[in-house]
Amino acid sequence: MTMLGDRQQLAYIAAQAADARVNVELETEGMTLNIGPQHPATHGTLRIIARLDGEQVVWAEPSAGYMHRGYEKLTEVRTFPQVTALVNRIDWLGSFANEVPFILAAEKLMGVEAPSRAQHIRTILFELSRIANVSLFLGDLGVQLGAVTPVFFAFRDREYVLNLIEAATGGRFHPNFDRIGGLKDDLPAGFIEETRVVMKKLRTFCDQIEDLLFGNEIFQSRTRGIGVIPKDVALQYGLSGANLRASGVDWDLRRDQDIPMAWNKTEFKVITHPDGDSFARCWVRLQEVRESTKIVDQLLDTMPAGPVMAKVPKIIKVPEGEAWVSTENPLGEMGYYVVSQGDQGPFRVKIRSASFNNISIVPWLLKGVYVPDIITILASLYFILGDIDR
Amino acid sequence: MGLVDRGRLPKPLTTLFNMGRSYSLWVYQWGLACCAIEMGAAFGSPRYDVMRLGVIPLPASPRQADLVVISGTVTDKMAPAIKRLYEQMPEPKYVISMGSCANCGGPYWDSYSVTKGVDQIIPVDVYVPGCPPRPEALLEGIVLLQQRIKNEDMGARWRGEGTKPMNIVDGESAEKGGVPVVVHN
Repeated sequence: MTMLGDRQQLAYIAAQAADARVNVELETEGMTLNIGPQHPATHGTLRIIARLDGEQVVWAEPSAGYMHRGYEKLTEVRTFPQVTALVNRIDWLGSFANEVPFILAAEKLMGVEAPSRAQHIRTILFELSRIANVSLFLGDLGVQLGAVTPVFFAFRDREYVLNLIEAATGGRFHPNFDRIGGLKDDLPAGFIEETRVVMKKLRTFCDQIEDLLFGNEIFQSRTRGIGVIPKDVALQYGLSGANLRASGVDWDLRRDQDIPMAWNKTEFKVITHPDGDSFARCWVRLQEVRESTKIVDQLLDTMPAGPVMAKVPKIIKVPEGEAWVSTENPLGEMGYYVVSQGDQGPFRVKIRSASFNNISIVPWLLKGVYVPDIITILASLYFILGDIDR
Repeated sequence: MGLVDRGRLPKPLTTLFNMGRSYSLWVYQWGLACCAIEMGAAFGSPRYDVMRLGVIPLPASPRQADLVVISGTVTDKMAPAIKRLYEQMPEPKYVISMGSCANCGGPYWDSYSVTKGVDQIIPVDVYVPGCPPRPEALLEGIVLLQQRIKNEDMGARWRGEGTKPMNIVDGESAEKGGVPVVVHN
């Protein structure tokens, strides 16, 4: 500590006394701040009701349901192939990743397994949708903190990935490409070379974002030590995905689970960070995009030949039974519990989406933070409203 | 404004005003679901760049906006907020309904919690179909709206007359004011 001169010390004491007097005179009154239901920081239509004391949040609660579309009920009146068109739209940034666990659950019930080429292509598209999803998060993150440039970078490079998905599936946003027993089509000509080029571009994008944002002093002071989630709390609230890994839990369903996908044929690092603060959550996501591009590259190298569709009947009837399959989606663990009674459509589907559990920690996490930090924390938790409300 | 209301402006002046209005649209982005991302791509990304059409996508509040883009699924819980938003906007105001959900319910046509079409709540000027529509489709919707603004009767619009929702699938009718337009894509 530096030594203060007498004058400085007196000035300091006077300032402290003045502050204390102001605090007594300006007794703060509780105030309720309503964020949303439509606010750019909430990635859609989440409403957060926060009770404030001055600048500090005393109590906060998310009010979900503005985007509730009744998926679980709708799946009961659709046939199995029709359900994929619906579940695309749950997490709308990584659409293909939503179809996969449902199709896997249906395949598990039917006892069908997709051919290895189909599994490869599925995994590639899964990782591409993760990249499309998280790259937009990285751009959006800057906007939440007042930096506008990263979002242009993100939209620019995300278009390349969307073009790839469109080339392969015909759908730029919602592919609806996965079928029970395989895929609708094989990859188009030139896809593999094009993907390699795009993956290189995406790695450059990651470097740019790292330089622009993560090395930025303002960004660091806005995110480091803000919204810390300790390991045990993260586990208690059922967080998953990057939010959990940023709290130091080494947990990744791509590696830990044996499902008929091609992840076990690749080598990738599971990124964790010990801090658990907003910075850690953003950093883990950035590194995961890098890892995803590497996964895609490896899968392109080892693409097997063969059919993309197993033998399944034309009219699909799924035998009686129950199945649960979950995968590591861009936002965290996403799973479907499918109950079938032998009909063409499911009897009941329970959807476990990652964001719903991820925002359940918001009341705990927002207690005691300052108002500007609410936005940082919400941005770093990264949820998508379709994924919360379903 | 009394002159405009009563329709007593000379034709050249109306043309000039309409042209000015059509190329300085302040768009309020009411992004709700998947379409919000495509709207973001159209408004915020370097590839599509809506500002070249004379559209400014960043008003601070609906009170400063001329046009609102309702993009995404409108649920029954959200509907009152949209109604209120529309009422907060000053006349003359325009609405673009983006995406199948906002047009008619889309894939949730039999859902218990989705409002089947935002036109049940507020009058719509341009429907942009698609699930979600490509950013180009939204840009075309904006261009059609601009054509319509250029050819409309200002007095009628100021009096709130030209906002009857109707279904027209004819591209040329965009140039006649007063009827909603459907974009082909």
